[in-house]
Amino acid sequence: MTGKFAVRARKGDGYAVLETDLYLNQTAGEELSKRFNELLEEGYLNFIINMERTKVVNSVGISILIEMIEKLRERGGRLIFCNLSNVIDKTFRIMGLTQYAEVKGSEEEAVASLKEQA
Amino acid sequence: MGGSALSAKIIQLVIPMEPNLELVAAETASTIAELMCFDEDGIDEIRMAIIEACLNAFEHSHSPERKVYITFHILPDRLILEVTDHGKGFNPSDVRPPSIDEAVRGGRKRGWGFKLMRSLMDEVMIETGSWGTTVRMTKMKRRGGGCYDR
Repeated sequence: MTGKFAVRARKGDGYAVLETDLYLNQTAGEELSKRFNELLEEGYLNFIINMERTKVVNSVGISILIEMIEKLRERGGRLIFCNLSNVIDKTFRIMGLTQYAEVKGSEEEAVASLKEQA
Repeated sequence: MGGSALSAKIIQLVIPMEPNLELVAAETASTIAELMCFDEDGIDEIRMAIIEACLNAFEHSHSPERKVYITFHILPDRLILEVTDHGKGFNPSDVRPPSIDEAVRGGRKRGWGFKLMRSLMDEVMIETGSWGTTVRMTKMKRRGGGCYDR
């Protein structure tokens, strides 16, 4: 089931994109956190998490997203989620994540938002 | 359980408390909900709620046999899911509600399971004691859905 938990990272101009796979659970969350921390150490402060492939999340995986939000708050960075399914969008709103991270419909909208406020 | 639920079609599943086996419960729930003609959002909400119920049992029940018993009651207008463990039980009043404001400021980041289950399902009831815990969740079908009313 390894493929369900893969995380891919891409670097843009002043931002980084992390792509999650089918299931965001503890295993995927830890991998996501590892890649995020590496990019943070490289100096990236603006992140987009593209969840287009993600169909299922659990609260353990989301708790790792909250850790990432916390780190970016401390450093004055930004996190934008994009391509959320309806249930993931609803879950983030129930938990209040959207008070501390933005949600955009597509990666292009997320990039545009980062560039507007750069 | 009331008489109407006793006449429901029932499917039972037993899963070991092992990492990622909550997906087996989720996929079974998803298939049943699809057969009942829940819409896509309803199916996703059921899948997420059962994952949270299983994870709570995996992590907190301290069940010596390390198994979760899941019963799906298929009724014409609703799906009822019962997730049972034979662990130590808990006192629901000891469960502190989670807070995102606290979580992003270095506080507790876990403990969202029941909040999510209650928000995603129409009804959530908890029975718990020294015998273990049953979480009983109900999802109502929207009007005009039903293909599994037979």
